[in-house]
Amino acid sequence: MAAFPYASPLEKGWYYLHRVMCGMVLLFLIAPILVIIPLSFNSVPFFTYPISGPSLRWYDEFFLTIRWQGALYNSIFVAVSVTLLSTVLGTLAALGLSRPNFPWRTAVMSLLISPIVVPVVITAVAVYFFYANVGLLNTYTGLILAHTTLATPFVVITVTATLMSFDHSLTRAAAGLGAPPITVFFKVILPLILPGMISGALFAFGTSFDEVVVALFIASAGQRTLPKVMFSGIREQISPTITAAATVLILFSIAMLTTVELLRRRSERMRGIRSN
Amino acid sequence: MSTTVVQIAGEPDTVPLRLKLQRIERRRKLKAVTLVLPLLLFILFAFVLPIGQMMFNAVHDSTLLTLMPRTTAALRAWDGKDLPDEVAYAALAGDLSQAWEQKTMGAIGKRMNYELPGTGSEFTSSAQKARTLSAGPYKAALIEISPLWARHDVWSLLKRGSSAYTAYYLLRSVDYQYGPDSQIVASPPDNSIFRMIFLRTLGISIAVTAATLLLGFPLAYLLATLPPKTSNLLMIMVVLPFWTSLLVRTTAWVVLLQQHGVVNDVLLALHLISQPAELIYNRVGTVLAMTHIQLPFTLLPIYSVMKTIPPIHVRAARSLGAGPFYAFWKVYFPQTLPGIAAGCLLTFILCLGYYITPALVGGPNDQMISYFVAHYTNEELNWGMASALGAILLTATLLLYYVFNKLVGVDRIKLG
Repeated sequence: MAAFPYASPLEKGWYYLHRVMCGMVLLFLIAPILVIIPLSFNSVPFFTYPISGPSLRWYDEFFLTIRWQGALYNSIFVAVSVTLLSTVLGTLAALGLSRPNFPWRTAVMSLLISPIVVPVVITAVAVYFFYANVGLLNTYTGLILAHTTLATPFVVITVTATLMSFDHSLTRAAAGLGAPPITVFFKVILPLILPGMISGALFAFGTSFDEVVVALFIASAGQRTLPKVMFSGIREQISPTITAAATVLILFSIAMLTTVELLRRRSERMRGIRSN
Repeated sequence: MSTTVVQIAGEPDTVPLRLKLQRIERRRKLKAVTLVLPLLLFILFAFVLPIGQMMFNAVHDSTLLTLMPRTTAALRAWDGKDLPDEVAYAALAGDLSQAWEQKTMGAIGKRMNYELPGTGSEFTSSAQKARTLSAGPYKAALIEISPLWARHDVWSLLKRGSSAYTAYYLLRSVDYQYGPDSQIVASPPDNSIFRMIFLRTLGISIAVTAATLLLGFPLAYLLATLPPKTSNLLMIMVVLPFWTSLLVRTTAWVVLLQQHGVVNDVLLALHLISQPAELIYNRVGTVLAMTHIQLPFTLLPIYSVMKTIPPIHVRAARSLGAGPFYAFWKVYFPQTLPGIAAGCLLTFILCLGYYITPALVGGPNDQMISYFVAHYTNEELNWGMASALGAILLTATLLLYYVFNKLVGVDRIKLG
């Protein structure tokens, strides 16, 4: 219902009302995230505008105190390990699942994806009981394994999506020309699914980097992650350092979003799908 | 991807072609399964097994069976009408002194306290006194030590303990419990909170789903009908929050909605209110923050369905004489229903399990079922209760997930 010259006044009214409403919804979506950024440069510990003067003191605290530094280090360490583990496991599984005639495909796929649907508290409590028995509580290994279960579904989904439009005659052609399976994989399959793999890896990294509930249950202060410190920060005494941490994370997500978008475009270009 | 080449020339065919093909087919299948196997095993061991154990914990509790073996064995024969006979009391005396020696009174007392509040400490003190009993008759002596042992409901509880399986935790989760004669009765009002909490979880989830649909549908429509250049730009504003850390978004809402936060400042400056409004630590803040987080989940499936609806449909309806609203309602809207169903179902499923956002932005009366699962695990240390509540939440979620799979299909879940 665009504003055609022949539209009735009522239609025009609706048209503009719709636009205004959408503008407000977009504002609702983006404003909370943007509002927090200037507050992190406030020189006084209040969360109000106008800002009394620019200052980097909260960034100092974020990057230089042991509490936050350790958390940042832990988060990166755990997230990188999770990314490596889940990308390998998830890509292999996606390759298997996308082969024709895979038995019980839907059931297996549903099972592999279920960790993102099951409420995370249930995963956390179940893993907590389980780790209490096998002695993995308060260890990096435990945290990495638990985060990997939450992260692999994203890799499976993204790689399966790239494989769906995958032209299987390419591999047959390569094999027919005499390439052994390993060569086929590295020279033909891998370059084509790489964008999907990288997106999946980024999702996996983001999942682990952002995960707080499981970390609250199974990690001690030694394995405190950034979200864990932020959570206790918001709960107890909210300090402006949290806004600095939030700003850093927002910049980080913008970088991730841009990368995934660029990869998607590249992948579409490579398959010859014209983007609209 | 297999490089198997069927040998045509050379040795004469001893195996029929059909069998050969079957064999190749089987080998291919095996290869595919081998690729999936590592992840499948990993998920089974690190995810399904722990959750299965938790579900099992919801109905399994062998505290009384293992820590009071003699009593529970003796009570198997008890008909449950009058107080048990001397044999059971003798067994009890034996178990009490064993509990004292092995320092397991605390565990037994805690278990008894769940079902009969106040009996735990009585149990501990009677175990301490029962040490002095060296010979029978035990029945009179034990009742003398503590009136606990003349109580019919205590003996019923111990008899129920002779089975390692109990429905107690599940019953409590829906506000029922065992009466003095092991019959199922409604929990006393001050203990029956769980039905209300389930209803609250349902209510908040429905409210958030409705809010995301109400806000998301018009925006999805705009994004689907605008020229690609503009819509891609606006899409960034939808997808950026989707990519931003949940904790960052929750922090933003805490900062915004505080008593002296940005929203109150703006409202005060505009003279819309005369004193700061209560926006946080209540239902308003919870629903607002959850709607913000869930909006992209509802919007994106609707958007992707809308993208596939050809605009000529509405134009055809218009040219056939339908009014603009009639054409939209009768021609366009029905075609968006699959997207609405997928988006709303996804948001609803995810809302049921919310924990972090209500915990940080909500008040004590806005906590959802996940909060109580965490509370019973970490603070009350009542793992049976945590498991039972979790089992109910999980069952509800999995049923909805099944419906989602039937309706939408896992293959069609897309990201970003």
